[in-house]
Amino acid sequence: MATMATKGPNLSLDIPVETEQALGQKQTWEGSLEELRGLVSDRALTGETMLLNLGPHHPSTHGVLRLLLELDGEEIITCLPDVGYLHTGIEKNIESKSYEKAVTLTDRIDYLAPMSNNAVFCMAIEKLGDIDVPERAQVIRVICLELTRLNSHLVWLGTHALDLGAMSVFLYCFREREMILDMFEMLSGQRMMGSYMRPGGLWRDLTPDFLPALEKFMDYFPRKVDDYEKLLTNNPIWRDRTEGIGVVEPDEAIALGLSGPTLRGSGVNFDIRKANPYLGYENYEFDVPLGEHGDVYDRFYIRILEMRQSVRIINQAIKRLPQASGSFRTENRKFTPPPRAELGRSMEAVIHHFKLWTEGFSLPDDEVYVAIESPRGEVGCYLHGTGGNKARRVHFKTPSFMHISALGKMSQGHMIADLVAIVGSIDCVLGDSDR
Amino acid sequence: MYIPDALDPIAAMTENLPDVLLDRHEFRGEITLIVAPANVVTAVRFLETTKGLVYNYLSDISAVDYFDLKLGYGDYGARPERFAVSYHLFSMLYGRRIRVKTYVNEDSPIVPTMTGVWAAANWLEREIFDMMGIRFEGHQNMRRVLMPEDWEGNPHRRDYPLGYETVMFSFNVDDINKHKPYAEE
Amino acid sequence: MGVVSSKLGDLGVVTTTLDTAVNWARNGAMWPLLFGLACCAIEMMSTQASNYDLSRFGMELNRASPRQSDLIIVAGRVTRKMAPVIRQLYDQMAAPRYVIAMGDCASCGGVYNNYAVVQGVDEIVPVDVYVAGCPPRPEQLIHGILMLQEKIKGERLKDWVVEGAR
Repeated sequence: MATMATKGPNLSLDIPVETEQALGQKQTWEGSLEELRGLVSDRALTGETMLLNLGPHHPSTHGVLRLLLELDGEEIITCLPDVGYLHTGIEKNIESKSYEKAVTLTDRIDYLAPMSNNAVFCMAIEKLGDIDVPERAQVIRVICLELTRLNSHLVWLGTHALDLGAMSVFLYCFREREMILDMFEMLSGQRMMGSYMRPGGLWRDLTPDFLPALEKFMDYFPRKVDDYEKLLTNNPIWRDRTEGIGVVEPDEAIALGLSGPTLRGSGVNFDIRKANPYLGYENYEFDVPLGEHGDVYDRFYIRILEMRQSVRIINQAIKRLPQASGSFRTENRKFTPPPRAELGRSMEAVIHHFKLWTEGFSLPDDEVYVAIESPRGEVGCYLHGTGGNKARRVHFKTPSFMHISALGKMSQGHMIADLVAIVGSIDCVLGDSDR
Repeated sequence: MYIPDALDPIAAMTENLPDVLLDRHEFRGEITLIVAPANVVTAVRFLETTKGLVYNYLSDISAVDYFDLKLGYGDYGARPERFAVSYHLFSMLYGRRIRVKTYVNEDSPIVPTMTGVWAAANWLEREIFDMMGIRFEGHQNMRRVLMPEDWEGNPHRRDYPLGYETVMFSFNVDDINKHKPYAEE
Repeated sequence: MGVVSSKLGDLGVVTTTLDTAVNWARNGAMWPLLFGLACCAIEMMSTQASNYDLSRFGMELNRASPRQSDLIIVAGRVTRKMAPVIRQLYDQMAAPRYVIAMGDCASCGGVYNNYAVVQGVDEIVPVDVYVAGCPPRPEQLIHGILMLQEKIKGERLKDWVVEGAR
């Protein structure tokens, strides 16, 4: 009698031989414990403490982050982060494309705040090429950057709360986020990776339905922040899980290279929008919330307050918009393509159009460094031109890279459940860290 | 609280460490101080600790490769060496930036580590070691950080290929499919 | 093709084929593996949130362990360092298992044609449905899931039998 054998569950942990050959790489870690000497304490090498791998696939790490933990019971002695699982070679890819084409790649570095990466790259190009951005473009850029900050903080709040067990906050945050994504779609046609900012200004002017939707959202949103505060701020479970966890002293925080809300949680007043203003931020009135203790709770509360300040900035920007002079992009035809109507009338416009569309504009053989305040911290772009149409070197300094490297210091002496809270509070995005 | 007036970094450095500062460069409002690799830590410590300068925050460490395919090895145009490492510093007290740049030799690309001054330099230097192949002397954990441990080569060098695959169009789809390792099972 | 051959309303009995019943059960509650790599993962989270709800397709439960899930939605760019990890997760999943390659990067390498990104996750695991987009809108992902459900409806139990064991 024939029996029916099925491709049943594969209960073994062996990788089939065909896979090894197909992938061409070794599958098992053939290293020895000696490689870790000096990185973990000596107790791990004798087996007194346990080495645990919080692998790249884990529900609580935000993206593909691998943490090698040395545990004494449940207490963490050493935490070694291992990044690179999302390293996409974006910087090298940008070096092989002309400047305007490369703007689309910068969206995908920090994919929760795509417009900030766009902005820092475009600002570096503008600084290197000495391109002036009209005031209207600057005001709209400020609106976009603050909306991006709201967007990113909502995802952060949703996932951080989800990690610590508060599931409904996740659903509420994503509901608000949908409204912001609808507005981004009105601006650039795409929900997330719009590449709306271009060197010299923006891709196109605001559509007529954007401002009414934005004003309606600005009326609606502050009540929602009140809702999130009602759920979490004075919640005893939340406070127990987050107060006193992951404390960083101010001097240590500066030495570790932290920035953004993670640094301000320790009380250091460093916000690039105030310290080194760009895009006209010196004309807006807003406060920079600071923490006292440097723990997870302070970093959480700073971001909630930052959401309220962003609403304030956007309201001021909406009022400035009618008086802002200029158009949405610089008039310098060496960098901005002429509108199509002009092509029929002027030979120069045709030459500019041809030059920009085939080769792209050229930037001098020198270097600049521009940094802005993204929702995560200080994101900086180091741009070195060649004199031709492609960059010699583009390097992004991303805040998540620095924050993940500081995890080892922040999590010493805490338990694994606290580690989840700490990883959530530094707001790391692995695309940002690995580029 | 008494805050001393901001000093001019170039003047302060020429006065106090005259043989450390090799050159200076100002472009688009940014100041670059060029020093030799061996003096990098001295220069940065001076900038951090002097009253009136106080560049206390390390923003970024970046590296450039001046290799050009048209010129070939050995000829780097206006630059003295093939590699350059730049330290971008920020002064929280005075709100201004400065860059300390050093040109690194191609045959022995070694620079002293900055981890003694700021712990932030740890992973930034590891990334430059990984991507450009420049070693940082005195760093405790000089290993690759972004690429896999057994990767060979330094991807951000200009002579390292981009490694792209031929783009698939309808005329060459069969040729590509013959060589592409699709997973069967 | 009718799912139900005959239904006796007052007796509450339904007759159908075994294939259809098994496929209906597999379709109704496919549990995805909680596996989001990059930007597409955010759109996947948006799809699971309240506006474009995935729980109406039975997928509200994301299992963290591959042993307990049926579907792996590879959302995001797959790098060479991450490739063995995906293969190990896929191997640990129990049959029947399905793969959706979400987004351009998982389908074909996307915007990145370079040394670090695997040009399509189908070099590593066999893919059932490709969803294009960068990132795909939630509606596109739902369309991909519905397409997978159509594909499952067309499966026959005989396909799961190992050749030569009859």
